[in-house]
Formats: sequence, C-alpha cells, structure tokens
Amino acid sequence: MRQILTLALVFSTIRLATPLVLAALGGLYSERSGVINIALEGLLLAGAFTAASVTYYAHSPWVGLGAAMLAGAFVAYILALACIRFKADQVVTGTGINILFIGLPAVLSGALFLSSGSTPQIPKENLLPTISGLLPGFMPQWRILTEVSVMSLLALILVLVTRYVLYRTPFGLRLRAVGENPEAADAAGVGVNRIRYVGVVLSGALAGIGGAYLSIGQSSLFTRNMAAGRGFIALAALIFGKWRPVQTMLACLLFGLADALTIQLQGVPVSILSFRIAMVVLIFLVFWFIAHQLSFLNRNRIAELASAAAVCAIVSRVIYANTRGIQNLEIPVQFIQMIPYIVTIVVLAGFIGHSRAPRALGTPYQKER
Amino acid sequence: MKLLREILYPLIAVLAAFVIGGIVVLLIGDSPIQTYRLLIGSAFSWPDGIGYTLFYATPLIFTGLAVAVAFRCGLLNIGAEGQLYIGAFAAAWIGIKFAGASGWILLPACCLAAILGGAIWGGIPGLLKARFGSHEVINTIMLNFVAVALVSYLTQYHYKTPGDPILETVPIGPGAHIARLGKFIPGLPERIPLNIAFVLAILACVFVYVLLWKTKWGYEIRATGANPSAAEYGGISIRKQIILAMAISGGLAGMVGINEVLGYRYRYYDGFSANYGFVGIAVALLGRNHPVGVFLAAILFAILLRGGIFVDAYTIHVSKDIVDMLQGIVIILVALRPDAIFGSLKKLSKAKA
Repeated sequence: MRQILTLALVFSTIRLATPLVLAALGGLYSERSGVINIALEGLLLAGAFTAASVTYYAHSPWVGLGAAMLAGAFVAYILALACIRFKADQVVTGTGINILFIGLPAVLSGALFLSSGSTPQIPKENLLPTISGLLPGFMPQWRILTEVSVMSLLALILVLVTRYVLYRTPFGLRLRAVGENPEAADAAGVGVNRIRYVGVVLSGALAGIGGAYLSIGQSSLFTRNMAAGRGFIALAALIFGKWRPVQTMLACLLFGLADALTIQLQGVPVSILSFRIAMVVLIFLVFWFIAHQLSFLNRNRIAELASAAAVCAIVSRVIYANTRGIQNLEIPVQFIQMIPYIVTIVVLAGFIGHSRAPRALGTPYQKER
Repeated sequence: MKLLREILYPLIAVLAAFVIGGIVVLLIGDSPIQTYRLLIGSAFSWPDGIGYTLFYATPLIFTGLAVAVAFRCGLLNIGAEGQLYIGAFAAAWIGIKFAGASGWILLPACCLAAILGGAIWGGIPGLLKARFGSHEVINTIMLNFVAVALVSYLTQYHYKTPGDPILETVPIGPGAHIARLGKFIPGLPERIPLNIAFVLAILACVFVYVLLWKTKWGYEIRATGANPSAAEYGGISIRKQIILAMAISGGLAGMVGINEVLGYRYRYYDGFSANYGFVGIAVALLGRNHPVGVFLAAILFAILLRGGIFVDAYTIHVSKDIVDMLQGIVIILVALRPDAIFGSLKKLSKAKA
C-alpha cells in the first residue's frame, strides 16, 4: 500500500481531474440556468478535435485552445437553440449531440488527415505547457508544484471565478433565479431565455477547454471517442457536488483519484490486511444501510448499528476463514473502475446527504401570454 | 391527419438529416449522391444485402422497443447499452455452465437468462427512482459503466479461454445455439448470421403493441407516462409502474444477447455492442415510440450501418463514421417540437411582411 500513496498519485489525480473539473464547471452554468447538459461528452469531443486540428495547422496551442473554446460554444449554441427555442427534450438533444460527435470528428479527420478517426501527432513544443514550461524561472525551489499543467491551474482559477460569479454578481443571481424559479425571475424583469442561452454557451466554452486539455495537454493527438465517458463522470461530479463550484471540484478530484488508483493498482498486489479491512468496512456500511431501510418504522439507530455490526462480525469470520494463508492479492481493475459510478448512484439515492437539483431543471420556459 | 403527421415528421427529419449530411460530404470533397448510393443502395441486394441488413436491424429493434416502452411511461432509458451487455453475458453464462444440457432445456433457459439479466439491470434504476426519486437518466448512464466493467471482469477472470488474446468467453454448449434463417429460406446462405432472433424481434414488436394498447398493465404504464398525477389520482401506483416499465424495458434490451450470443458468435465477446443501446434511442424517437415505427426505423438505421462499410471502402474521403453523424443529427431533429418550429417560422414570415 505504501508505494501507492505517493506524490505520483497526487499528480496523477490532478492530471486526471482537470478535464473533469472544466467539463463539470461547464455543466454547472448550464444546469444552474435550468438546462440539463448531458451533451458534455460531445462538447469535450468537439473541443478535443478542434484543438488538435487547429494546433496542428497553427503550430500554437493557444490558438488551438481558443478555437476549442469557440467550437464548444458553437455546439452548445445549437443545443441551446434546440432546447430553448424549439423546446426539444434536453436529454434527447444532448444524447444526439453525443452521438454526432462520435461520428463528426472521425469523418472530418478522415477528410483532413486521411486517417481513420485520429489527428496527426503534434510535436511536444506545440502542446499546452506545464507551469514550469511556461515560466522557466518561476519558483525553481518549488519545482514539484510547477510541474502541473497550466490547464490544471486554470481549472482551479475558474472554479474560484465561478464561485464568485455565481454568488457575488448580478449575473450569478439571475442565473440561479432562472434555474430555480423562472416565473419569478421573469416577473422581476429577467430575460429567462437569454440567461439560459448565456448559461449553455458558457458551458460549451468551458467543456471545449476541457476537451482541448485532453487532446493537446494530456496527450498529443485526438483519437476517436477520446473523452471515453468523462463527460458523464463530470455530470455525475456536478450532482455529487450539489451543483456548487467548490464541492463539484472536490467530487472531480475524488473521481480523478479513483481513475489514478485504477492505473496504479493495475497488477500491483494488495496486502491481505488492507483487503480485509476494506471488505469489513464495506459490508458494515451495506448492512447498516439495509437495517436503516428496514427499520424505517421506529428509527432506532442503536438497534440498526448493533444488527449491522452483528452481521458484519459473522461475515468477517467467513472472510477471514476463506483468506487465511493468502499473503497478497490482486484487485481486478474493473472493480476500481466501478467505484465512481457506484458512488454516484449511492449519492443520487440520497444516502450521503441529499443533492437537490435546480428546481426548473429540464423544463423549457414558456412565457405567459 | 394525426397518422399523416406521425409519418410525415420523422420523414422530414430523416430527409433534413440527409441534406445536412450531404452538405458535410460535399464540403469534404466527395460526391453526396455517390455516398448515399453506397450507403443505401447496398442494402437491397439478395441475399447478402438484405440478410445482413435484417441481422443488423435485430438488436436495434430490441433496443428501440426497450427505449419506447420506458418512454411511454415517461422515462428515458439511456441504459439499454448496459442492460444488453448484462443480458448477453447472462445468456452466455447459462450456456457455458450447463453446456452439456439438452437443447430443449438449455435454449429456453439461455433466452430467459438474457431477458432476466436485462430486466434486473433495468429494474435497478426503476427501483431507485421509485424508492428514492433519483433520476433514471443519470442512474442508467452510471449503470452502463458498471455493467461494462462487471462483464469485462467476469470474462477476463473467470470465463476466458486460457491463452486467448481476445477478451471472449469459452464457447456455449451446442444445445444453446439457435438456428440461422438460412436453414429455412432457400437462397439465403448460412454464413449470413441472420437468425431466429429476428423472428423473436418481430414477435417482441407484437408483444409490445399488445402489452401497451391491449392490456391493463400497458394502460397503466401509458397513463403514468401521460400524466403521473392524474394516474395516481385514478388509483394507479406510479412507483409500481416505473419499476415495471424499466424492468420490461431492460428485458427487451437484454434480448439483444439472444441474437448476439445464441445466434451469432456462440460465446460472449467483450465489447460487442456497436452502441446499440444509444442508437435504440434514435430508433425509438424516429419510430414515435410505436412498435411499427420502431421496426421501420430499425431497418433504416440497419441499412445505414450496413452501407457504412461500403462507404468506407469505395469513397475517397468519407468514412463509415458518417453513419454516427447522421444518427446524431436525426436524434436532434426528431427531438425538436414541430409546434415550436412552426411558431418561429410564422414569426419570421411576419417580421418579413
């Protein structure tokens, strides 16, 4: 276990969480305004492809980054047009965009680069730099901190900016009002649909930046479907973080950690002791939850805990008996891969505090006539 | 008039998607006419074109029906992808575990396993929604990832042929194979994997029609979808309907496993689905969530899937990914509300006048 909990894991977590944070922040602007953004996946792909292609021709990651931002905003504008103007089902439209951007980048890269779905390799000097790469003389004694990508720093700054915008500016107030109670906002003179357009387009720009990080930050080319579900995880993190900027970032870091662990634990044996402890804790929680659900009539916390502990003790005996003599064992990566998704389901069901969506989320606004 | 509209709008959406796709093809530098001729024309040759098209249509009919049933209950099942993986693995698991059993028992058991596996995986988000009110869209997406990881784990660690570099299970028992239609239809060679699952898919269309429009269960499902509070006031348990609809939906998605495992590969092959679950959403929407519409839409998308191979081979720039692109555009266009479109058109013409 020791060699896993290293600084490398921390950096790996930050690296993997960065695109999640950017996409989830994007989702936040859209969903706080009342438009479900399930298209984050497609927006990430749009940004990633645009960034890689433009950087390839322009030889500058900053031009690529800007183009990715514009591309994301443009695609999000289409989503906004469909959902707000044409009152299309938001989830369905988002799904359409996700499928569209599995196909479209591949078609375009086939035409531009005569390849099957990926862009050519971009030389290292044209990729988005790390902080130390951008500012070579900056804090040389803190070399270890400046090894992270500028995009990770940008993501952190954007989280703080979003927090400020959301809670301290008139725009933020309007955005939240439009998502919670559009009728009241409208009565107060706020243009509901205009704010929603802004929210969705901002969401696309941010997800586009996240996509750019995937293709010209973390790797050096665009590959087919390279977002690989990150848009959905970002959405889950947004819900886990209760649609709040800082909490959402923390959720993204948690999911990034699970991802980093998946990579690090691959083929590494885990000591039997930590395995046993993890199993016992897990089983205790599961049975506590079952007991809690069963005892909803009298709500006796002590009885719940005691019965869970009793079951847990019996199961622990069985685990101990069955794993005696084993020194180390390998945990299949698939189980670690599952963790973020299962955590999300558990959170959604309200086991770890309720996560309440903006009240008008998903409903198009029809002005009274 | 209503029927005409039901047919007309999807057709307009498909045509519009083809026009947009054609413009993209033109910009890329290929001929749209040649591309579309390859994309659609190759599906009608006998026996290969028609045989493969119907084979590709089979999973899409199942997933399209799955999404449609959930939709009729007011639920969006984005989890057909995960449900079909669980269903397919469950079918293969029974087929491997009881490989020696007689076909008379094994085959129905495998089919049942596929349906049950999918139904359980679909029922979980239904239960979560009914019990805790958590949204089925996010839960089904999350369960897709869990399903993929779970079956991949089971395949890799427990049912793989040792030394096989491909992630697939050992073969299922011969009793669990279902016949290819080539056995019964003269002129259709047996190498074409079109099998009895296609017949099952047609039967599933009939089943869904009868269930939704001719039974009390179906009435209650539709009532819940149309107006949940009115349904509850009328004495229908919404929670029960949600769980039921999601389980039926999942079961239908799980039936993809019958086509894939029992009729085609005779083993579970990891990652076999070409986004069938997601395309099912397009199929259901285009088919207006009606079994007849779903059947026709599934055929259309199967034609595109089949044609994509030829587009890849015979055009210079355009790749088969144009099929994904067209599907995405169709979904977006079908989702638009016609009244809202006409509303803006009227406003536009007024502004001009």
